[in-house]
Amino acid sequence: MILLANSLNIQCSDKPTSKQLLLSANALTCIREDRILFEELDLSVHSGDIVQVEGPNGSGKTSLLRILAGLSQPYDGSVLFQEQSISEHTDTFHQNLLYLGHLPGVKGEMTAQENLEFNLALHGNDAATAEKTLEKVNLLGFEDALASHLSAGQHRRISLARLWQSSAPIWILDEPFTAIDKRGVSELEQLFLAHAERGGCVILTTHQDLSFPEDRVKKITLDYRFY
Amino acid sequence: MTPDHNLSYKAAFNLIIKRDLTIAFRHRDDIINPLLFFIIVVTLFPLGIGPESTTLSRIAPGIIWVAALLSTLLSLDRLFKSDHDDGSLEQMLLSPHPVFILVLAKIIAHWLVTGLPLIFIAPLLAVLLHLNENSYGALMLTLLLGTPILSLLGAIGVALTVGIKKGGVLLSLLVLPLYIPVLIFATSAIDTAAMNLPYSGQLAIIAALFFGSLTLAPFAVSSALKVSTN
Repeated sequence: MILLANSLNIQCSDKPTSKQLLLSANALTCIREDRILFEELDLSVHSGDIVQVEGPNGSGKTSLLRILAGLSQPYDGSVLFQEQSISEHTDTFHQNLLYLGHLPGVKGEMTAQENLEFNLALHGNDAATAEKTLEKVNLLGFEDALASHLSAGQHRRISLARLWQSSAPIWILDEPFTAIDKRGVSELEQLFLAHAERGGCVILTTHQDLSFPEDRVKKITLDYRFY
Repeated sequence: MTPDHNLSYKAAFNLIIKRDLTIAFRHRDDIINPLLFFIIVVTLFPLGIGPESTTLSRIAPGIIWVAALLSTLLSLDRLFKSDHDDGSLEQMLLSPHPVFILVLAKIIAHWLVTGLPLIFIAPLLAVLLHLNENSYGALMLTLLLGTPILSLLGAIGVALTVGIKKGGVLLSLLVLPLYIPVLIFATSAIDTAAMNLPYSGQLAIIAALFFGSLTLAPFAVSSALKVSTN
């Protein structure tokens, strides 16, 4: 595990411009409620990529992201992390993955800081600097407020705060901009760019237009299918 | 980009225990409701049956154990439900820590909050039911070994039904048959103790059930959770 992570580091720092294959999917098929959401979908995500999954509601964006994160099993096909199946090398994959679903995973009974500290520690990150990280997501002054007293956008910010401290190269984000204000969105976009420049990759769904140049973002469009 | 991970089983285990206990103490209904249910059920029996000491002491082990069983069943839902509903469960399944460690910690936290208070209050309620004075040791020992089994086996049922909107009845149907061996051997041990006979046989079987479920249940729960979140 450690060896793999180190080799990744060396390759990235030696040749920051080289594109390393991080995540790939082969012939993915997903069926929900007897409806084919997508069929024979191939996908490869390299370091430095920002991938936006587009499509109308119900077209299978969340299903695709959950399959890529290993939370759901595809009907057919496989997902590979650095050419190794994610269902067989789960531990290595999870160390290199940061997934944020459409639910923020924030506990109302805990304070903003406790929530962040728990989330960081759960994923093996350093929890000692949680307070500083909260400052970066504009939650300064709310550290000791119970999360149940905070708004939906603030919950989202608590869960997004992990991004600032994450060392995982693969970010899979389901609707990260939900309930986030305009300034917050542009800060997040800068963070995604910086993460891609460092050799990571971002796979996200959003209905908003990203402010990146057209050629910076790879788009995957899923159509709503009736059969 | 090197993932900087400090992974240790002990740290992960303590992390979950600390979190779940913090949540339980800030949301005290979770502790008080099952305990109150236990007390109410047990105190209603002398009122319904009459204060005759021979009848009460004959049925006391059964009453205490059935009430403990039902109050555990009542509290099981909170084990994974709220984590599933707010998305924390997904994050736990995706963490680099082995899921069975996290699950074991959650089950132990659940037992500390719901099982342990029952053990403390049970001898007081046993006085109310005229439990034979030789039986107190057996009552405490069976509860100490038996209530963790209830939490461990119950967790499998909750993990299987957590994705279902109204899984309450299904949960009871799944879990109650698994509780029956514990109930039979625990009450039998208490009855045997009342006759001043050795009850180590029954206790050994409950201990075997305890260690069996302690080692196997966390794996079953983590597989069940992966199926439920699929």
